[in-house]
Amino acid sequence: MPRRDESSTAWGGRVPLALRVNGVDRVLRLDSRVTLLDALRDGLDLTGAKKGCDRGECGACTVLVDGRRVNSCLTLAVMHDGAEITTVEGLARDGVPHPVQEAFVEHDALQCGFCTPGQVVSAVALLAEGRATSDAEIREWMSGNLCRCAAYPNIVAAIRQVASAEGPPPTTGGAAA
Amino acid sequence: MHPFAYARPDDLGTAVAAVAGDPAATFIAGGTELVNWMKDGIARPALVVDLGGLPLSAIDETPEGGLRIGALARMRMVAEDAAVRARYPVLAEALEAGASPQIRNAATVGGNLLQRTRCPYFRETSFPCNKRELGAGCAARTGPHHLHAVFGGSDACIAVHPSDLAVALLALDATVLLRGPASDRRVPIDGFYLLPGETPERETVLRHGEAIIAVELPAARFAARSRYRKIRERASFAFALVSVAAAVDLGDDGRVREARIALGSVAPKPWRARAAEAALVGRMLDAEAAAAAGRAAVAGAAPLPDTAYKVTLVERAVARTLAEIGGWA
Ligand SMILES: Cc1cc2nc3c(=O)[nH]c(=O)nc-3n(C[C@H](O)[C@H](O)[C@H](O)COP(=O)(O)OP(=O)(O)OC[C@H]3O[C@@H](n4cnc5c(N)ncnc54)[C@H](O)[C@@H]3O)c2cc1C
Ligand code: SF4
Ligand code: FES
Ligand code: FES
Repeated sequence: MPRRDESSTAWGGRVPLALRVNGVDRVLRLDSRVTLLDALRDGLDLTGAKKGCDRGECGACTVLVDGRRVNSCLTLAVMHDGAEITTVEGLARDGVPHPVQEAFVEHDALQCGFCTPGQVVSAVALLAEGRATSDAEIREWMSGNLCRCAAYPNIVAAIRQVASAEGPPPTTGGAAA
Repeated sequence: MHPFAYARPDDLGTAVAAVAGDPAATFIAGGTELVNWMKDGIARPALVVDLGGLPLSAIDETPEGGLRIGALARMRMVAEDAAVRARYPVLAEALEAGASPQIRNAATVGGNLLQRTRCPYFRETSFPCNKRELGAGCAARTGPHHLHAVFGGSDACIAVHPSDLAVALLALDATVLLRGPASDRRVPIDGFYLLPGETPERETVLRHGEAIIAVELPAARFAARSRYRKIRERASFAFALVSVAAAVDLGDDGRVREARIALGSVAPKPWRARAAEAALVGRMLDAEAAAAAGRAAVAGAAPLPDTAYKVTLVERAVARTLAEIGGWA
C-alpha cells in the first residue's frame, strides 16, 4: 500500500482540476499521482484510451491535449488544469463516425482492437499535422503506436485513403485525385 | 507511486526557491521521464514543482547571430522551427529521430537533457545498480550488456546516456543556461555531463534546485553543413545503439576548415570524437578522409564482450555520415 502523506495537505493532497473533455466541462478532485489516463478511465469512465505499457512505449493511451497528440499515461492529470482533451469517444459527430474511424472499419485495420483507439486518435492528429503524404511518411509518423496483431498494412491503407480523400494541401494546387 | 505535493508556480524565482529549499523536491516539465521514474520507484519526490506555467518555451535570435532555445520548448516545436532547420539541420534531425510524435509533443528540451540512462538494470529495481544505490554492484558487468559503453565507463558503471538531442548540441558547441536560487550560470554542453568514475549517481553539474532555462547555439560556420545519423534495432521509435552528429565547414578550396563529430549511446555522456575531427581538418572531404575519421573516432575504445560490435558500427557510421555531408552517399 502506498503511504498517505498527511503533511502534504498544505499543498493540497487532493488537487482540484477543471478539464474540458470531448466538449464537456468536467471538474475533478484528484490525488496528484493520478495520470491523465487514469483520470479519464477511472475518474470519468472514458475507457476508450487504453493502458497498454503505461510507460510511453505503445501509444494505446494516445489522446489529444489542446489538439496535440500525447501519451496520457506519461503525464499527470493535475498538469492539465484548463486543458481541452479529446479522446476516441469524442471523434464522432452527431452519431456519425469520424472519417478515420470509417476508414479503419472499411480496411479492417485491426484484429483484437486493443491498440485501435490510440491508432485512430494518433491518425487524426497525423492528418492534421500534414504527415500523411506517402506510405513511408505515414509509417514513420505513426511509429508511436504499436500493434501487437501487426495490422500495420491495413492501418496505413486506412490512413492513406483518408489523406487522399482530403486531397493535397491547397498550396500544391489541382483537384483531388 | 509515492505521494507527493504538487505546485505550479507562475514565476521562475518561486519555482527555483521551492525546489532549492527542499531536498526532496523536484521539477517536472513534460513529465515523460519523471512520471516513469515515479512509477518504477527510481524517483520518490515529496514535492513536484511544475515548470509548465512559465514562459520559457520561445526560440529567439541572440545578438551574436545564434539561437536561444527556451528550456520548455517541446521537442516537436524545435524540430519544426524554420531557423533551426535551415541553420542547424543536425538538431532538427536528431530531434525527429528521437522518441515518437506523441512523446515529442510533450517532452521538453530541458527534460530531454536530464533524461537518465536506459540501462535495463537501472530501470528495473530488482537488479543491483550502483547508479541507483551506490555500492550495490553493477548488474551489467555480469549480465548481457550489448547496450552499454565503449568509452568513458568505469568499474562502477558502464551505462550510456540516451539523449539524441544532447549529441547534436555537443556537435554545435551549445551552452546550457542555468538559474539557481542565488545566481545564473552558463555551462558549455561539453562540461555539463560528468563521467561516472566512482560516483555514477552524479550525472551532470546541475545543483539541486538549479533550473535549466535555455540552451544557446552559437553562430558557427560548420552548423549549416551538419547531419545526424542514428542506428537502431528497428526502423523507428527506438533508442540508438550508436549515433553520430557531424558538422563540417569547408573552405573555398574545398578543404575542411573545421569539423565537429559527436557520438551518442557509446559513453555515459555524449562523446566528442576530437581525434576524428583532427583527422579531417586541412583535407579534402572525400571517401579517404571520411574513412580516416571513422578509424580515428574509435581509437581508444574499450569495448566489453557484448559491445565490440559498437566499435565497428561507430567507425562505419562516422564515415557514412561524412559521406552524406560530402554528397557522395
Ligand atoms: C518510450 C520512450 C522513448 C524515448 N525515446 C527517446 C529517443 O529515442 N531519443 C531521446 O533523445 N529521448 C527519448 N526519450 C526520452 C524523452 O526525450 C524524454 O523523456 C524527454 O525529453 C524528457 O523531457 P520532459 O520534459 O518530459 O522531462 P520530465 O520528465 O518533466 O523531467 C525529466 C527530468 O528533468 C528535470 N527537469 C525537466 N526540466 C527541467 C528544467 N528546465 N530545469 C531543471 N530540471 C528539469 C526533472 O526534474 C526530471 O528530473 C524517450 C522516452 C520514452 C518514454
Ligand atoms: S551500468 Fe550503471 S546503470 Fe547499468 S546496472 Fe551498472 S551501475 Fe547501474
Ligand atoms: S499505455 Fe501509454 S504509451 Fe503505452
Ligand atoms: S489490433 Fe490487436 S494490438 Fe492492434
